[in-house]
Amino acid sequence: MTTPLAIAGVVIREFYRRKDFYVLFVMTAVLTVVLGSASFFNDRSIARYLKEVCLLLIWISALVIAVTTSARQIPAERENRTIFPLLAKPVSRWDVLFGKFLGCWAAAGFALVIFYTFFCAISSMREHSFPFLNYFQALWLHWIFAGVVISMALLGSVVFAAPSSNSTICFVVIIGILLLGRHLNRIALTEPPPIGFILSLLYYILPHLEFFDVRDLIIHDSPLIAWWAWAVASLYGFFYIGAFLGLGWIRFRRLSLQAS
Amino acid sequence: MNLATISPALFIVAAFALATVLEPLSSARQRQQSKSVTELLLGDSRKLFANHFFSKADVYFHNGYYPSVFDQASKKETSHVTEAAEHAGAGHDEHEEESRFLGEPRDFIEAFGRHFFVSKHTHMENADARELLPWFKIAAELDPNRIETYTVTAYWLRGVLKKVDEAEQFLREGWRANPDSYAIIYELGRLYETDRHDPSRARNLWELALRKWDAQEKNKPEPDLQAREQILAHLADLEEKQGDLPKAISYLEQLAPLSPHPEIIQQQIAERKARLAK
Repeated sequence: MTTPLAIAGVVIREFYRRKDFYVLFVMTAVLTVVLGSASFFNDRSIARYLKEVCLLLIWISALVIAVTTSARQIPAERENRTIFPLLAKPVSRWDVLFGKFLGCWAAAGFALVIFYTFFCAISSMREHSFPFLNYFQALWLHWIFAGVVISMALLGSVVFAAPSSNSTICFVVIIGILLLGRHLNRIALTEPPPIGFILSLLYYILPHLEFFDVRDLIIHDSPLIAWWAWAVASLYGFFYIGAFLGLGWIRFRRLSLQAS
Repeated sequence: MNLATISPALFIVAAFALATVLEPLSSARQRQQSKSVTELLLGDSRKLFANHFFSKADVYFHNGYYPSVFDQASKKETSHVTEAAEHAGAGHDEHEEESRFLGEPRDFIEAFGRHFFVSKHTHMENADARELLPWFKIAAELDPNRIETYTVTAYWLRGVLKKVDEAEQFLREGWRANPDSYAIIYELGRLYETDRHDPSRARNLWELALRKWDAQEKNKPEPDLQAREQILAHLADLEEKQGDLPKAISYLEQLAPLSPHPEIIQQQIAERKARLAK
């Protein structure tokens, strides 16, 4: 376990040296503060639209950070040829993949904590309330979501040739699942047999990333998610993280590292 | 006094006069430029965005419980924030029935997924109605010719949030953008009658609304009869309260053919005629 942790440490150091997170955080903060300064019909206590915009920006930023950070990890090592000295040490390919995953996931977690701290500050200033447990559930589920996305992008990075194509495909698939995942079974019912069957299959196979998007519950001050459902969703996320990392490892074991 | 002595004073006066001419022109130009930037960026899609943001207020009214595009096949056209404005205090049985768009879950994933989005039908508390306002404002900014935005917003502002000044200001903005809108003028009349307790202004506005209605709707194949009915009913009521029974009867006589219950209106006419005869 020490080897993956050491590799994860390198990823985290790379994360805070790059400017991606700072730029996205400043953009989110500035846009939220500018929108928050707007007054609608002389009412300064309107909060929900601000929460909605802030959470949307946080989701976009977190998705960009998770995909771009993880998609470049292995291709960059191959391109710089640093993968060879790394694997020359007693480090297995699984250690590299798992270490990269841990690093990216920890970095995404760090970014999410900063983003949600900002969100909590903004929303409690407007609403004068602080539903800590609701925010904790949302942050945790968002972090699990980031884990699934990172493992998916790492799998993509050993399947697709370039980080750009991998990132684009990941964005399309993730946004597609978030928008359509919940409705695929309904669409399948209206389609003729071969397409309907394929859509049903996708509905049961694809990770339902929409489980982790609880923005509406936060925006509209809904009650807490049942803890058992929260725990099952977490296990569901861990299952897909494991599955994507497993598939990535199988592919990575057979990958020729010469071709970049 | 020679010209050299008075020339600085003349210069200041001329500069002041010029400023009074140029400033309004410059402001008007700036306003026009800011409008054209939005138009330039969004074009006619502004109206689509305006509809989207108006619907967003409906989403908030239901605390996030709202049909997606996949659930909307069975959805009614009118938004519920509008229905609430039109039928304040009316029963919600039909609405409750209509709101069960999710139905029973079809599989275990759908059943489990309902823990993670708003899947229960509730309505926003009146005190939270302020949360609807940003969406109305944005919808009006994007499409200033969307009459419903002004009338519905005015209802929530004055009827629920008791922000009468803001409601009046917003209706007047709507009136400036849509000078011939009988619906906005009618709503402004309601504000003057109910909130400002100014029956003479309310009468003037409703009479103007009636004239605007006649000019626009009278010759249409399917005129907006509900609007005329509302204007006439309010005018009849106002005239009766002000003691002008002949005028009230005249409005009721115009109202009778439009009403879904003409017999009740006829009864009211008869009652007022009897009172007039005493």
